[in-house]
Amino acid sequence: MCLGVPGRVIEINGDVATVDFWGVKREVRLEIVDEPVAPGDYILNHVGFAIRRIPPEDIEVTLALYDEILRAAEKDDLMAADVRAELDATKTTGDAS
Amino acid sequence: MPPPPSGTSQLKFREPAKARELASALATLTAAIGRRVSVMHVCGSHEQAIARFGLRSAFPRDLDVIMGPGCPVCITDVPEVDEGVALARQGVAIATYGDMLKVPGTAKSLADAQAEGATVHVVYSVAQAVELAREMSGELVFFATGFETTAVATAAAVLAGVPKNFSVLSAHKYIPPVMEIVAEMPETKVEGFLAAGHAATITGWGIFEPFVERHRIPVVVAGFEPLDILAGLVSLLELIRDRTPKVLNAYPRCVTREGNLKAQEQLFRVFRPLGGRWRGIAHVPNGNLRLTDEWAHLDARQRFRIDVASLWDYAPASLSQSCICGDIMAGIASPGDCTLFGKECLPETPVGACMVSSEGTCKIWHLYGGHPDLGEARL
Repeated sequence: MCLGVPGRVIEINGDVATVDFWGVKREVRLEIVDEPVAPGDYILNHVGFAIRRIPPEDIEVTLALYDEILRAAEKDDLMAADVRAELDATKTTGDAS
Repeated sequence: MPPPPSGTSQLKFREPAKARELASALATLTAAIGRRVSVMHVCGSHEQAIARFGLRSAFPRDLDVIMGPGCPVCITDVPEVDEGVALARQGVAIATYGDMLKVPGTAKSLADAQAEGATVHVVYSVAQAVELAREMSGELVFFATGFETTAVATAAAVLAGVPKNFSVLSAHKYIPPVMEIVAEMPETKVEGFLAAGHAATITGWGIFEPFVERHRIPVVVAGFEPLDILAGLVSLLELIRDRTPKVLNAYPRCVTREGNLKAQEQLFRVFRPLGGRWRGIAHVPNGNLRLTDEWAHLDARQRFRIDVASLWDYAPASLSQSCICGDIMAGIASPGDCTLFGKECLPETPVGACMVSSEGTCKIWHLYGGHPDLGEARL
């Protein structure tokens, strides 16, 4: 519950961004993030809100941990489950919502 | 003890050579200090990463890295759970994070209330709770747990506007004050703190400076990558060896000195720190986040008469008397010291809160094979 999850911003509509998390598109809210966010930026999502814009030079190293967790994780892995819960905290985009 | 899941051994370090270098620096530093050293982290995600990557096997024998009160679900106090359970039994719909369901109150958990017919919704975010409220006609109480990182989201949702039938039962907690309590416990002997990266993303690392000044104990802010954790520990041991207590930011890619000011502003517009008990630990001055007077109309404690006394007719589970979650969260005992761990107390049938949450020390240790010191770190 204190591990944010990074994703890439695809488009922005007011205070809501459509964000790509490993191929899954979700809506993340932008009321909290303290820097302007634009399509192409990476943000850190926590319970449905972007809490930080990740500086471009740090994106690769930030993603590495999550790639590794999701790649190697078994179904009942706690860390992977927390990462997935963070994705479930975001809103499904488009018609599904 | 069950063997660690095979997923654990498949994990790879991003840069094994770097990991070996950091592990060897830890050994040199601990030897230079020349005695047993205990440092504490206060984050379930740190413990998950330490256990999952088998980092403890790379730590020198004289270095104890213990998990403190870093599991927000675990430190939610019994009377707070009772308030949620009592409300649910009074017929008010509750929405909360999934980990809260099995957390024991005096005699009952939210899962018990649900089994008896109460309405308890599991949500992943406060926004989902707000949407649920919009879709229903009756009252919905969001039982809000989590540290400042999560409280910020509750605050932002409240400021964005919620329907009239929505209210908040806040059990949100604020980490910086509890570090003071743990530092003052004579039994803990903690010589340094590893602060949680994403909580500090919100608060900034400057918030720890008064603490360091008062207690002369160094604090290093660290990320969640195994290399981030190892690097954070190296910095912490250097500060301990040199007897130079200060705050170091070993996670500059996510944490700044002042933190996310916009988030802090929203957090403290909606919540104010108030003293209260943390389960098993102590009364923590300013450790709870409660709604400010401006938002009293959204405070479930104001909106409803919560009849917690109705729960006192039930006898508490007798096993809970032997639970040592409090000592584990204060860092003075480890899960292996508990007679219930892995026997009567299991993730499916938890006796204490530390076995409930994915961030609880007992659940993490149980899942990753009992004592994670024995895990294999493939450095």
